[in-house]
This record gives sequence, structure tokens and C-alpha cells, in this order.
Amino acid sequence: MPAVSMTVNGKPVRGDVESRTLLVQFLRETLRLTGTHVGCDTSQCGACVVHVDGVAVKSCSMLAVQADGAEVLTIEGVATGDTLHPMQEAFRQNHGLQCGYCTPGMIMTALDIVRRKGHELDDHTIREELEGNLCRCTGYHNIVKSIAAGARAMASGDPARQAAE
Amino acid sequence: MYEFTYHRASGLRQATNLLTKFEDAKPIAGGQSLLPMMKFRLASPSNLVDLNKIEGLNGIELTSRALIIGAMARHAEVHTSPLVQQGIPALAALAGLIGDPAVRHRGTIGGSLANNDPTADYPAAALALGATIVTTKRKIAADEFFAGLFETVLEPDELITKVSFPLAKRAAYQKFRNPASRYAIVGVFVAKRPSEVRVAVTGAGSSGAFRLTAFEEALKSRFHPKSLEGLTVPAEGLASDIHASAEYRAHLIGVMARRAVAAANG
Ligand SMILES: Cc1cc2nc3c(=O)[nH]c(=O)nc-3n(C[C@H](O)[C@H](O)[C@H](O)COP(=O)(O)OP(=O)(O)OC[C@H]3O[C@@H](n4cnc5c(N)ncnc54)[C@H](O)[C@@H]3O)c2cc1C
Ligand code: FES
Ligand code: FES
Repeated sequence: MPAVSMTVNGKPVRGDVESRTLLVQFLRETLRLTGTHVGCDTSQCGACVVHVDGVAVKSCSMLAVQADGAEVLTIEGVATGDTLHPMQEAFRQNHGLQCGYCTPGMIMTALDIVRRKGHELDDHTIREELEGNLCRCTGYHNIVKSIAAGARAMASGDPARQAAE
Repeated sequence: MYEFTYHRASGLRQATNLLTKFEDAKPIAGGQSLLPMMKFRLASPSNLVDLNKIEGLNGIELTSRALIIGAMARHAEVHTSPLVQQGIPALAALAGLIGDPAVRHRGTIGGSLANNDPTADYPAAALALGATIVTTKRKIAADEFFAGLFETVLEPDELITKVSFPLAKRAAYQKFRNPASRYAIVGVFVAKRPSEVRVAVTGAGSSGAFRLTAFEEALKSRFHPKSLEGLTVPAEGLASDIHASAEYRAHLIGVMARRAVAAANG
């Protein structure tokens, strides 16, 4: 069985995997980081989005062995201790989730949008960028609002107040 | 997924050796088509040869005549590359229309061309721009490269290394997206080259992307949407499925072609 080592949320990890083990399986089943979800398993829904070497990818569409040596960031790695990340806080304040199944993927995608498009995001841009993330509950409206607010809050570095505005 | 054995190639020679050694081996690039196909059991290679760690396969180069893109260049890289935006802006725009951001971070131009999905975007660009596909064995003109649904002339141990697109005077791509899958229901790429006009259609053909010579002829004397007025495409032989009938696709080809010419004339 191939051995893999990578950095997940800042910590070095190692494990033995099968060739066919998906990155999302390694995260969930080996590392027990179950915040990353599997919605479709066929690269449609975005529930499994994590960052690999700084960019958003669908972890159901990458083999664990392909992440050997990579830096991986999952939803478990974005908060600082008990303080939510401004983007998480924005989802909380703006009612950006109902059942929460899609939320980890939405937030990891949102952080990637901010990385590429900056902190001032209009609704159209956010909706285009969310092409690959499905939500069966919210109707997207409050997700779009949350991402816009979270992006602004990230610029100011004051999560609670900015996100609540 | 069925079991398979994973091999990480560190160079092209090693990759082609592995592909020769194992009969049912397949290369994996971005994995954005291959892994879903393996999950659906539409593909079941017993060995995968990973191209991701081979150096020098993702470069982008612009010369006075051509834009040369490495096989492992991701869709996101092609979309945001200043060289592509300068050399063939229509190609940069096309790459930004593929799938979603996460798919674009992994998917590659080489994988897309080798896959030859009948609704993929790059095959239309390769045909319309008269691209040359460079492999570990030879150079193949786009006109000779595609060989029907999900088929190309690539041999099992042959790898695409780069794609050379001659610079066009004007070019544009118009895509009518399937709102759910984001693939093209119909996509039309038009290119005005020094010696000819080319029009290529994806999404609509029942055996993959194809050139539309009647439209090319009509645009030759005057590269203007008006030259296409009154021209229709026969529905016969076009794809028909739950997303769109052949008649609807035929109609869309005309609309998308006129829009593409208008966009190319800017
Ligand atoms: C949700 C979703 C939406 C998508 N939407 C679109 C869309 O709108 N338009 C579109 O065009 N595509 C779309 N795609 C497909 C995407 O563009 C894929 O990235 C592309 O088809 C395959 O590229 P890849 O690098 O991922 O190849 P892989 O999946 O790794 O490989 C695909 C095939 O090519 C072969 N191959 C790969 N590299 C080489 C090489 N260098 N030489 C020889 N053979 C090679 C492999 O063996 C395999 O048979 C979508 C995919 C998903 C998951
Ligand atoms: S589980 Fe990966 S995209 Fe749906
Ligand atoms: S909150 Fe339930 S799927 Fe999005």
C-alpha cells in the first residue's frame, strides 16, 4: 500500500492508503476530519471542497496519493481556537446555512473566491463562482449575502461586527 | 472504484515506459474526467500513470506566430495567463467557461483534448484555430486528431506534451451552456486566419466536434454576422438527448455562430 505524507491544517500527517483511496476518504476515514462532506462523489456538488496547495479542489476527484507532499486546508483548519473565521461568522450571522451539509464546501469555496477576486464581491460574481457548489436548502440567497459580508469582514479583520452589518 | 495500481512518473520517458509495460494502463492528468468515469465504471484501467509530477509540461509560450500551451496547463492557468490573453483572448475566455473553479484548478488542456468529450470546449478551439497537437511520438493536426466520441488517434502509450495554436487575426467562442452540467449544449468557435476562416462546433455532433464548411465559405468573402443570415444547419446527424433535440441544436448553431462572429469583430 502506498504511504502518503502531507500537511493537513498545519500539522504533518502520514498514512498508508490504497491507490484508489480518494483524498476525501483519507481526510474523513483515516484522519477523522469529518467536516469535509461527500454529497455526490462525482464532482458535481462541491460539498467536498478543500484547499490543496492554496487552491480549491474537489477532494472526491483527487486521489490521496496525489496529495503526497501537499499542504491541505480543510474546514477544521480555518477557525482560530474557539473564534470562528470571519467567513464562518458571516454564514452564522446571515443565516447562510440550514441543514449545513453544503456549508464546509461553500466556505472553502468562498475563501478561494476572496483569494482570487478580492474583498468587494458583487452578487453576480459570487453566483458565477458558486457554479460548482450545490445547496438543497437555502435557495442560495443568504449564502451569497454571507460570502459578500464575510469577504468584507476579512478585509477589516473584525469578524463579529463586520459580518453582522 | 475498482482496484488499480498507481504510478507516479517523474519524467516523460518513464511515463511512456510504464504505459508500454502495462497493457491496460492509462495516464491521469487533472483526473476531472477520468476519476468520475472510473467511479461510474465507464473506465477500469488497472494501472494509472500520474503525469502531475513531470516537470516542464505546463509552460505557456507566445511567439510571433503561435501560442504554445503545455499539456498539463490547468484550465485556470490558461484562463488567467497574460500570454494567452494577449495572444488568443478567445482561448483565455473559453478556459474560464469550463466547469467550475475547482474543476478548473485541476483539469488540463491535454486531458481535455485526449478525452474528446463531444460536449467539451477545447476541441472546438483546436479545430477552429488549426492547432497542432504535439505528442511524445509526432505532431498531429487538429483536423486529424479527433476520431469520434471519446476517441482520438492517440496510441495507448502516446502522450500529448503540448498544443500549438497559430495566432488568429480574430477569434471568438460562444457557448450555450447546459445550466446543470455546465458543458456545452452547443458551442461555436470562429477564427479568421490569414488564409482562411474556420468555424468549429462542439456539443452538437453525434460523433464529436466538427467544422462547418458551409459557414466557413460564407464568411470567407465577408467576415460579418450578416454573411450567415439565411444559412441553416440540417438537424440530421446531430445529437438529440434529454437536454436538447437535434432541431434545437441545429438552430442554436446558427445563433451561436452569428454571435461568435459579432464578438470576434468586437
Ligand atoms: C463538474 C464538471 C464540469 C465540467 N465541465 C466542463 C465543461 O464545461 N467543458 C469542458 O470542456 N470540460 C468540462 N469538464 C471536464 C474537464 O474539463 C476535464 O478537466 C477534462 O475533460 C479532462 O482533463 P483532465 O486533465 O482532468 O484529464 P483526466 O481526467 O486526467 O484524463 C482524461 C483522459 O485523458 C487522458 N489523458 C490525460 N492527459 C493526457 C496526456 N497528456 N496525453 C494523453 N492522454 C492524456 C487520460 O488517460 C484520460 O483518458 C467538467 C468536469 C467536471 C467534473
Ligand atoms: S462530493 Fe465531491 S463534488 Fe460532490
Ligand atoms: S444548507 Fe442544507 S444543503 Fe445547503
